[in-house]
Amino acid sequence: MTGSLSRDVILTIIVSAILIWIMPLMIATYTLTVLVIYGMLGLSLGLIWGFGGILCFGQAAFFGLGAYTYAIAAINIGESTVPIILAVLVPAVFAALLGAMMFYGRLTDVYLGVITLVVTLILFKFMNSTAGPQYVIGKARMGGFNGIPGFQTLNVPGDPDAYIWGDAYFYVCAVALAIVFVLVSALLRSSFGRIAVGIRENETRIALMGYDVRARKTVLFAVGAAIAGLAGALFANWGEIVTPNLFSLSQSAEIIIWCIVGGLGTRLGPILGAAGLAYLKFLLGQQSMIDNTLIMGLILVLFVLFLPRGIVPALASLWRISFGRRPLGRIHQVRRTRNRERTGG
Amino acid sequence: MPPRPELPLRRKGRGRFLYAQNRPKDTMDLSFVILVEMLYAVASLILIGAGLAVVFGMMKVINLAHGEFMMMGGYATITAVNLGVNVFVAMLIIAPLIVGLIGLVVERLVIRHLYGRLVDTMLATWGLSLFFIGMTTMIFGNTTTGISTPIPGFAVGGYQINGYNFFIIVVAVLLLIGILAVLKTTRAGLVARGAMQRADMAASLGYSPDRIYMATFFCGSALSGLAGAVLAPLVGLVPTSGGAYIAKAFITVIAGGPSLVAGLLSSAGFFGIVSRIFTFAISPVIGEVALLVAAVILLRLLPQGITGRFLTGRL
Repeated sequence: MTGSLSRDVILTIIVSAILIWIMPLMIATYTLTVLVIYGMLGLSLGLIWGFGGILCFGQAAFFGLGAYTYAIAAINIGESTVPIILAVLVPAVFAALLGAMMFYGRLTDVYLGVITLVVTLILFKFMNSTAGPQYVIGKARMGGFNGIPGFQTLNVPGDPDAYIWGDAYFYVCAVALAIVFVLVSALLRSSFGRIAVGIRENETRIALMGYDVRARKTVLFAVGAAIAGLAGALFANWGEIVTPNLFSLSQSAEIIIWCIVGGLGTRLGPILGAAGLAYLKFLLGQQSMIDNTLIMGLILVLFVLFLPRGIVPALASLWRISFGRRPLGRIHQVRRTRNRERTGG
Repeated sequence: MPPRPELPLRRKGRGRFLYAQNRPKDTMDLSFVILVEMLYAVASLILIGAGLAVVFGMMKVINLAHGEFMMMGGYATITAVNLGVNVFVAMLIIAPLIVGLIGLVVERLVIRHLYGRLVDTMLATWGLSLFFIGMTTMIFGNTTTGISTPIPGFAVGGYQINGYNFFIIVVAVLLLIGILAVLKTTRAGLVARGAMQRADMAASLGYSPDRIYMATFFCGSALSGLAGAVLAPLVGLVPTSGGAYIAKAFITVIAGGPSLVAGLLSSAGFFGIVSRIFTFAISPVIGEVALLVAAVILLRLLPQGITGRFLTGRL
């Protein structure tokens, strides 16, 4: 955490501008869009898990909730601006309630995992069972296993007929990711973010210092859910259909794999992990010799065993060892002078 | 992303209870049927949770590949039956052995390195679960397979009861008695309980915790295999069937708390009865949802599990 926020923002703008310019030359924008969306989803879990220490097994719940909220609201309203805002707010409120229930009950790791997993499953089962005509919200039929197709996709705010799609949609998503990234950076640099990291490191100590750990965890959890909800809304626009599979266990598992592989405790790691693994999956999907799930599972096991910190932290420490300033050298120097003082003095 | 159908535990062939043509006026029959269904729900939860409970209770390892172990037990049974083995031999002997051996390999290769790191074991075993799903898909294909229930159903008044339900209840009861007997009366059980409480003390007395954990994991996997095998005739088996089990197993064990048998029995009893009441009153989907909601509420009220508050110190 060196350097100032303004330097961070400028760096983010430059790097993302270069990436937004270069990447479409290599990968089709249709694929890139979903990679960017997955990157945002990875960042949402990376924020609450990597910096807040909250292992949520059900990040897919907020992703799916965002997508469903967008779809239902878009059908009812017929314009996309309000649905996008709702898709951020509804998961955030839901997460705040769920988080308050969990954190004020002082539940920790495993129990947190069970509850978030179970809530995801409840949503999955419920959405799958909403096939009948009695499940209607406004004008939107829930559609059960088939999901909701045919809703209004993203349009220029105020003009429902000016759809944003194709290349333009990719730029919207990429800029959204950059903005979210900057906001997350700002959050982490604020005192709230620093205390969140403190809670991750030692919850009791922070509580004894007089901070309300439960409220802070709840807020952080809600912020993560809001980002996941935005990713869900963007995903709904990309796929033009929402199905209960958004809530599935495999979706949750994948988000966790992205974070582990990319690297916890970094902002960039989950994004790169998500985009990289999703692209790998896309490439693997074009062959049928080896099953996709098998490779994902193998990657997760190998990373947990051999590189539990993830790629980005490993690369960062490699960089520090090779090129950075060497705090180790200074220690040696101090020791050497001290030895000299002791022997020669 | 390929769609991943998650099959509910659905009965093949003979229905749960077929309403007879003449509506029964006798409520005795109905209450008997409901009683059997309740017992069956509790028994199947006990079966589903047993393997995970042994591994979690003994080693504090959450095995998220538990559902896949059960799924492999099911596949082992079906393959053995198709090769001409008696169905009961396949279910009660072959499947537990095969899955136990797979568990042994997994323990030696992966889990051994992660003891004491709860979250890491969860993640690694989740990876293993995906790995096994992929492996099974490559070997058996992404199609539904199954065998018919080996015990015929019979009629109680105007209702039809699946005879296989009784078999599952009997297996669950025997399983609990067996676990209790091994832990309480045998030397191996004593050593295992000792290592469970104080691994360092057991080590200083000359027992290798490494060996004990290995054996425990074998037993846990074998129990998962047994459960998967016994439940296999009731479900259409696909490689992703494990997903239907893992959440139930997970919440049963966590809500049960630290004691192995008492925790399993109390939480399976609670969840089984809750889900059946809502299934009868409203619909099977609501029954499932009620089970999950009950789990969330229970964990909020008793974060240490049922036996963390009540019945402490029992096995």
